[in-house]
Order: sequence, then structure tokens, then C-alpha cells
Amino acid sequence: MYQIISKKILAQDIIEYTIFAPDVASRANPGQFVILRTEPDGERLPFTICDFDRRAGTVVMLVQTVGASTYILSQKENGSYISDFLGPLGNATDLLMYNKILLVSGGIGIAVTYPQAKLLHEHSKSFEMIIGARNYDLLIYKEEVKRITDSVHFTTDDGSFGFKGFVTDKVRELLSNENSKFDIIFAVGPLPMMRAVFNVAREFSVNTIISMNSIMLDGTGMCGCCRLTVNGKIKYACVDGPEFDANGIDWNETINRSKRFKEIEAEHYCKVRGLC
Amino acid sequence: MLDVKRNALRELPIKERLTTFKETTFTYDDETAIKEAKRCHKCKNAPCAKGCPVGVDIPGFISKIACHDFDSAALILKSVNALPSICGRVCPQEEQCEKFCVKCKANREAVATGRLERFIGDYLLNKGNLPKASSVVSTKTSKIAVIGSGPASLSCANDCAMAGLDVTVFESLHSPGGVLTYGIPEFRLPKDLVNAEIESLKNIGVKIKVNYLIGKTLFFKELVEQYNAVFIGTGAGLPKFLGIEGEELNGVYSANEYLTRTNLMKAYSTNSQTPIVKHKNVIVLGGGNVAFDAARTALRLGTESTILAYRRGHNELRARHEEIVHAQQEGVQIKTLIAPVKIVSTDGVNVTSVEFVRSELSEPDSSGRRGFTLIPNSNFEIACDATIVAIGTNPNPLIKGGFDGLITDSRGCIPVDSNFKTNLDTVYAGGDATTGSATVISAMGAGKKAAASIIARFAN
Repeated sequence: MYQIISKKILAQDIIEYTIFAPDVASRANPGQFVILRTEPDGERLPFTICDFDRRAGTVVMLVQTVGASTYILSQKENGSYISDFLGPLGNATDLLMYNKILLVSGGIGIAVTYPQAKLLHEHSKSFEMIIGARNYDLLIYKEEVKRITDSVHFTTDDGSFGFKGFVTDKVRELLSNENSKFDIIFAVGPLPMMRAVFNVAREFSVNTIISMNSIMLDGTGMCGCCRLTVNGKIKYACVDGPEFDANGIDWNETINRSKRFKEIEAEHYCKVRGLC
Repeated sequence: MLDVKRNALRELPIKERLTTFKETTFTYDDETAIKEAKRCHKCKNAPCAKGCPVGVDIPGFISKIACHDFDSAALILKSVNALPSICGRVCPQEEQCEKFCVKCKANREAVATGRLERFIGDYLLNKGNLPKASSVVSTKTSKIAVIGSGPASLSCANDCAMAGLDVTVFESLHSPGGVLTYGIPEFRLPKDLVNAEIESLKNIGVKIKVNYLIGKTLFFKELVEQYNAVFIGTGAGLPKFLGIEGEELNGVYSANEYLTRTNLMKAYSTNSQTPIVKHKNVIVLGGGNVAFDAARTALRLGTESTILAYRRGHNELRARHEEIVHAQQEGVQIKTLIAPVKIVSTDGVNVTSVEFVRSELSEPDSSGRRGFTLIPNSNFEIACDATIVAIGTNPNPLIKGGFDGLITDSRGCIPVDSNFKTNLDTVYAGGDATTGSATVISAMGAGKKAAASIIARFAN
């Protein structure tokens, strides 16, 4: 059993949970993730490690209510316990080899780019951030990010805050500036967004690294559920990733595979919420 | 004629099996067990025992059953086999102990050793376990870490704990048992029983830590530093794929994924939050127990047709005879001498058929097993909406990257010496992690032998 020691509602359907898990916290690094189960009958759900405090033994994650299992988790209150919490899984991100980095996130993808930004800041690396959301209310971690860097560009689809448009529009704008000199883009968000960023970056001959958010079961290389094709070879997001060079990914296949359980999930969600 | 046939196990009616994950067969009742035990000739040289990878005194425990002394039978069995209820169900006895039974030479059916082992195992679990905890707990100071909690690890942990060593088992999943829990279905090995056998290990002082992935949650190096000895029993969990076109399509599963969803996550139950798609026409590729487990699972989830396709002949199927018979009774169509060449989709997203080519058997190899050759231009398709790939597994790739200093071979297996020691001085390994996918009992045998080496060195 693992205790929730902080619960903050950041936006509609987005919750920040802090979990007490000293063994996970003390070995965690940015880019890694956890798999948890809320209840003994629960699904195994992967979440990015958004932040961690080794001394306090805590791990922070952002939960967006998108289906039945995340809804059940979202009902957990501060001080209560979740059944299982395994991590840190996957490989840590290593962007320190690059000279100038552009971190791009859409929606909940900030959970991956925020710890990166912290790490890059600690190493005094040159980087900028683009943080996008549908509207102002869904733009989370604004203050936390501003504490790390001034080089941040907010975008909203409806123009309610920052730049009006998609993150890709902003990526294009930044890369169009000949002095921008980014040598890598790290993009995290929904698959179509990551693909779109990759396509823009490619026009400017800049490489893109993306972070997969695949369907997973064990998260330890056992089920093959999270597999994707990279440069014609089967890779497992859980043990080979979660990050991959966007250039080698078979995007159509990956997007198709992400929808495998869509119908059943919708039905589960409906039942759990008492909507059908 | 009295003694030709062994006593049958009572089975769940076929119709009922198709709608439930309940165990297919029932354990002998007392009377039948005694009757079966009395068929044993108590051969002095015990040829059966020589076929047992853990060396159970088979005539010894069976003769106790014959005289209704189940407690003594249990003591004999449990002294070398930590998990009799499990082994009695999933060991391939027909290729091990039972194959050497003298009765076979006289054209009679072998004494049903496995069924009697299961009977005693269940007797013990129903009764409460022997031996009692107080008699063995922590008399030695040496600390042993066991990585993984499948059959190799559990038998190693059991023997080390019985010898008084302080044993901690680390499991990455939320439930211990390894393949016994995530892989073998409920209808062949009920999970209550696996849990009960694991509880019996806790009773003798074995500590089990779940949600610990060694190499990630704790580093391998830390374990090696903090424990006197480490045993690696991480199995072979990485599914193999065929490497043919279309394996990435939706509706194509590894057997591990399909079985983990149903067994570990109980996706068949309405209480479970884990989804599984209820497919209509399923094709399973493979011919081992795992392929049959997947096919029988698919049937129970309500398929209209379930086909098991195997590239060699019926005689070459690797699954246990009993499981093949059960699968056929339940309606699995076994199609042999066909090899998959391509998984096909008409919409580019979901699998809609598998293209096969016919094959024929070729000469036996050095092991006596017949190979096959493909027949050119014999291609044809079978329609389906799901394909389950069950062609075996390799050791987990995390071992290679995460276990500093440990040598692995090209398949990712860990080489060990005759004491089951790896290239690292205090690190031992056994089971599928060292051999690639094999059987529960061979893993238990390895765990046991490794434990003997560990005990000889550390239990002083």
C-alpha cells in the first residue's frame, strides 16, 4: 500500500498526486514512469514521474481523467492509499548532450517536459519551452515553469492565454528564426501532436525525440502490449523507451495501436460514472 | 483387467467448461487416491523417481497413501517439493516419472503419480501446512535475496528458508508466482491454490516484496552488496514474435499479453477494470502448452471459432497430452502442418486473416524430433479477427542492461556452472532465465539445486 500525501486539482479532470514511495523516489530520474493500481481489481496504469523528492521519499504524478480507471483513481483523497506503485520504469531521458533544446508539450505532456526543464536548468543548459493547451484553464504548471525559465512560450487553441494557435505553429515560428539554433526538439503530448511537431521540425532539419504513452500491462518487457515499430524493428516502449527518435517511428501503426481498446474503455467509463 | 487403466480424474462437463474459468478437473477423493496408490508396485529401484527433476521419493509417498497415512505421505513429498499442488497439476509427468513406471512395460497405464501428488498437495492445503513455522524460522544470519517469484525462485526460497536462512523474494508484479500467476490459466491452475502455496512459504519465514523491479526499484549492485547471496529466477518473460508482415496489426497479441490480461488481471471477470476484446474468430500460432492455454482461454471468452495452427504434425505438438485432449473436447480446432507467412488486414488497421503455407514433415533431427519443410505455392488464408502468437519466450532484456557485471549469452540467458553459480561469486541463477522457456518442474529442480549450493556455502 502506498499513501497519497498530497492531492491538488490543477484543472478540470487534471489532478496532481504526490505518493510516498521512498524506493522509487530515490532511484527516479526525469523521463521515467511508474505503473500503479488504485485498487486490487484495478488496471495497471502507467504515469510519468513528473517530479520527485529523494529526501522526502515522494513521487509526483499528473492524472488526467480519461477513462474508468483514471476516474476511480481521481476519487482517491489525500491521506488514502493506493494498492500498488512500481517504478521507476523505462529509461531516463538524456538531453544533456545537446547544445540548445526546445521542449514542447501539449496538455498533460508537461508532466514529462517539466522534470526535463528542471534537470536542464540544474545543468545550466540552454533551452526554451513551448507549453500548449486548449485554453487558459487547462494550462497547468505555469508558475512552476516560470520559476525555472523565462524562455517559455504558452499557446492556447482559443487564444485565452499566450499565443493563439497550436504548439506546432509556435515551433514553426521559433525554427523560422535563423538565430534559434535548436539542435534537438523534445516533444510530448497526444500522438497526433507529436507527429505534427516532428513533421514541422523535419522541414527545418532538426531532429525530434518523442515520449510514448503506450498501452501497457506489466511495464517490464513481458507482454509486448506497448510494442511499436522503429526503423522496421519491434521495440517495447516500456523497456526500450519511453523515448524514441521520431524519425524512425511508424506513425500510422502507432496511432492505430493506441486505439485498440477504445470501445471497451468507453463502455467501462460509462459504467463507472453511472452514465449508462 | 483390473489393473490396466489408471483411475480417471473427474472432469467438469464440457458444456460448463466453455462458460467458466473454473478448474477443468477435480482432485481424487480419498477412496480413489487409495485405490490408485494400491496400483503401485513399490519397485525397489524406483525407476519413476529417477525421472523426477527434484527427486521425489515416489514409491515412498505413494505407499503411505495406500495405507491411508496421508500425513506421512505429505512429509515425504514436502521434504523435497515445495509446491506439490502446483506440480501435481502442471508437471509433464507423462514425460518424467510416469514414463518410467514398470506398468508401462506391461502395456498397462502408469501409476498416476501426478494425480496422487496433487491429491496430497491439496490435502495439505486444506488441512493447514506442514511443517509449522516455529520449527524453522531464522536460525541463521545469512541473508539471501531471490529475484523473481516463479517456480525456480519459490523452490529456491523454500529450501533456503527450511535450512534456516533469511530469505527475501523480490517480485516486480503486484502478485507473486511468476508464470504460475500471470501465465497458466485458472482452469488449469487455480490462483487460490498458487496463493495458498505461497502463503505456506511465508509461514516458514520467507519475506515477499511485490512491486520491486530489481535493476530499477533497487539496483542489482545494492542487492549483491546487502545480501550474502543472490538467486536470479527471473524466468523467460520476453515474448518472441515471428517477424512476419502484419504482426503490428490491432488484434495481434503475444500469448503473454492475452494470458496476462485474463489471468493476472482477471479481465474475464466483471469486477476487473482491465479490458480484453471478445473476439469471434481466433487463430493461435504455436503448439506448446502456452498456445493451448491461449486457445482454451479464447474459447471461454466466447469465440465462435478457435483454431490452433502448428507448422509441424500432431505428434510433434509440445503441449501435454491432457491439455490437447481437453482443448479438442472443448472445440479448439487443431490444424497441423501449416506455417504462417503473413498476417493480413483488409482495412490496414485490424487483422482480418492469416496467410499460411502448407508444410510437410522432414527427417528427425538429432533429438529425434521431426522437422518440416514448406510446400511451395500452397498458400491459403484463414479469416480471423484476432491472432495470438505463442511461439515461446526469451529471458527478460532488463537483465542484460540492468545487472552490472553479469554475463549473459546471445539469447540473453545467464550461463551457470554445475553449482548454478553465475560468473559473479555470490550470484546464482536457475530456471528459464538460464535455459530459455522450459517447464515449471525443471525450473523448480534448478532452484532446488542452486539452493543446495547456497545452503552448503552460507548456512553455517
